[in-house]
Amino acid sequence: MELAKDISGCGIAGFINTDGSLVSGIDIVDSITLMKDRGNGLGAGFAAYGIYPDFKDFYALHIMYDDEHARKITEEYLDRKLHIEQHGGMPTRPIKKKRPIFFVYFVEPREQSTKAESEEFRKEEEDEFMVKLVMHINEKIDGAFVISSGKNMGVFKGVGYPDEIANFFRVDEYKACCWTAHNRFPTNTPGWWGGAHPFSLLYWTVVHNGEISSYGANKRYLEMYGYKCTQKTDTEVVAYLLDLISRKHGLSFDMVGKIFSPPLWEEIEKMPKEEKELYTALRMTYGGALLNGPFSIIVGYQGGMFGLNDRIKLRPLVAAKKGATVFMASEESAIRYIAKDLDEIWMPKAGEPVVVNLTEEGYRKIYG
Amino acid sequence: MKWMKNLKTYTPPAFTVIRDNDRCIRCKACVEQCSFDATFYDEEEDKVWNWDSNCVSCNRCAAICPTEAITIEKRDYSYRRNYSWESHIDGLKKRAIFGGTPVVSMGNDKPYKIYWDHMLLNASQVTNPSIDPLREPMELKTFLGKKPHSISVENVSLKTKLSPQLELDVPIMFAAMSYGALSYNVVEALGRAAKEMGTFYNSGEGGLNKDHYKFKGNIIVQVASGRFGVHKPYLDVGSAIEIKIGQGAKPGIGGHLPGEKVTETISETRMMPQGSDAISPAPHHDVYSIEDLRQLIYALKEATEYTKPIIVKIAAVHNVAAIASGITRAGADIICIDGFKGGTGASPQVIRDNVGLPIELALAVVDERLRSEGIRQDISIIASGGIRNSMDVVKAIALGADAVYIGTAALLAIGCTMCQQCHTGRCAWGITTQDPHLSKRVNPDIASERLINLLKVWSLEIKETMGAMGINSIESLRGNRLNLRGIDLSDRELEILGILPAGE
Repeated sequence: MELAKDISGCGIAGFINTDGSLVSGIDIVDSITLMKDRGNGLGAGFAAYGIYPDFKDFYALHIMYDDEHARKITEEYLDRKLHIEQHGGMPTRPIKKKRPIFFVYFVEPREQSTKAESEEFRKEEEDEFMVKLVMHINEKIDGAFVISSGKNMGVFKGVGYPDEIANFFRVDEYKACCWTAHNRFPTNTPGWWGGAHPFSLLYWTVVHNGEISSYGANKRYLEMYGYKCTQKTDTEVVAYLLDLISRKHGLSFDMVGKIFSPPLWEEIEKMPKEEKELYTALRMTYGGALLNGPFSIIVGYQGGMFGLNDRIKLRPLVAAKKGATVFMASEESAIRYIAKDLDEIWMPKAGEPVVVNLTEEGYRKIYG
Repeated sequence: MKWMKNLKTYTPPAFTVIRDNDRCIRCKACVEQCSFDATFYDEEEDKVWNWDSNCVSCNRCAAICPTEAITIEKRDYSYRRNYSWESHIDGLKKRAIFGGTPVVSMGNDKPYKIYWDHMLLNASQVTNPSIDPLREPMELKTFLGKKPHSISVENVSLKTKLSPQLELDVPIMFAAMSYGALSYNVVEALGRAAKEMGTFYNSGEGGLNKDHYKFKGNIIVQVASGRFGVHKPYLDVGSAIEIKIGQGAKPGIGGHLPGEKVTETISETRMMPQGSDAISPAPHHDVYSIEDLRQLIYALKEATEYTKPIIVKIAAVHNVAAIASGITRAGADIICIDGFKGGTGASPQVIRDNVGLPIELALAVVDERLRSEGIRQDISIIASGGIRNSMDVVKAIALGADAVYIGTAALLAIGCTMCQQCHTGRCAWGITTQDPHLSKRVNPDIASERLINLLKVWSLEIKETMGAMGINSIESLRGNRLNLRGIDLSDRELEILGILPAGE
């Protein structure tokens, strides 16, 4: 019975160039490193969208291994289940401390010869197939963890301060249209590379500051739909909830925001009839997905980024705009440090999502 | 000679009534109040006496006595001590003397393990702020009924049709206690309190007096195997309909209202002859299988045009998880699981004391089973049977319940002292009696106020605990077993409850 929950404070930052222009990881590293006080060297990470333009049609699996044995088992499994277009060790700079090994695989599901398996390999259910594959590796293969699994994106994370992790993964050498970052202050954690943020599943990435008091309820809700919470931290539920509600149930990010941080019943009571009906139904249906307790999160996805606070704003989140770029961070200073002369800066209200999408042109540039 | 002791039927009295003669002013209030013939006045000696073997320790006389002259004491066991036999001697003798099986009331009083008392709750410190419910919103609103797995939305309008729901302002309802088991005034008080608090009173299996139709909107009507008082207007008045398959205090057997309690109005409400025992059969004679249950569920849905959720109430028995799964698939909207500590107005003692499961374990396995089958959204769970305080409610919800029923706790609020004599119909506190002289002792104004107080205080206590956990909405507590830790439990018990041990 794996019920452990990790609790943490943290710093988060992210920005997106809505026109799809690519920038190196230097800015995001500066931004997150400025908030050094918000971490304690036990975890940091980055998510980047648009980094693999040459392989944008393939799922990019970033996999962390404890040892070569785990790699062997996992690669046998991947070989059985997937077409691997290309793979190799992730580029890293040498560091002194003990660390896992990282590999990247560019893959696509392929048709299988046996009937039983061909069912789950149907093309139109590729995403679903990949989710099951990731869940399987994370749960069943000892010493192997998939840290990201989306297309044309990737996650870099580990134990250390943000600048150390950035240096190790050579984050400065990647170019992305959307970056998010996390600086971790865990108060109770195994010193574990997989436990750092961002948490990711398919194209979802989540960086999170806070503690999800409803974790136990969210976890059991997700388990009902086949998600396995294996990463010993509360943040992963956010990624899985997004996958369930947004990808599978097809609800908009505004609705997702209202599910994570729903309006109070007394507010719902005062709404016009149609909205009242809708919000009542949302709360009734998705009670298990309500995120309770203090949090600010920045979520990256295919085509955009959104930020959200808990329903009574117990953690900080600042947003800002400059030209085609939108920034979000725990602290204003983290934004101002990398972007002078902002057009606009504001503090999003409790429970109100800030959703920023790539322009159509930007989307075509990255994913088209 | 009414007061003559009878050697042939002697068993040692359980209680002694001690009177302070100096304090006694011979007002005879105790004589008038005692409904068990345990107190009488001797005019010749100008003295009040007690017949201890009749005393049930309801404490009515002590409560009424203006000079505090009366003390009731539990008598020491007077037979020679015998660990193996001592709690069985009187019961055995009673069977031998009277030739019948003893009937008892209220919940199982045997010292079985109470799992509520082996679970500890969590609170926030530093990493997560606790929330003060007096300053911040704290939400208890609960909906009972089948929920969709997902909904579809266009712009801001809902495209999914929802199943009928019960809307509760507090996740606590008054359990099924029939008019017949309870006096008129108690039903009145429960109805009023349910209305005031935005919750529900369950009519139980005895129909509903026409006067109480005014509580429409806060009534759940029950359909049990005896079908007493079931007709179209009765079904229509309910916000939900509960099919009673079983009851925690007497799994596997039907209801029993002694003929003494079947007065004229009761007989009218129940549609049965006055003075005869109201016996509901052990099974529903149209439900011998799960597929039959499905037909009854849909018959009731048809009869009420799919406007009301259907509850199926079962006693917690060994195979409860599988049964609950079957009930969900049979189309019930809500399931009530009644633990073996649940109360009753009359049950054979052997059944009450030996059959069934603790609600804590039953609830844990049912919730887990429904989740593992992916059908937990399809049904709401009401836990009942032995919910004694607000923390039991919190723990029940954290284990996976949507709401709870309280029966005994509600009666205690009204004045019950748990003397376990409901089946005699002679309740000295006027709660479980149809004797007009006794039942007028419950003033519905006062009784409803007490019930309202109880629910308000429990609600506040629940909110305080939730706030301490850093949770401001009840849905984040539901099934959140990480907020529970077991203490003094075996590994196997922890596993069944799905909780970690304290310290882990």
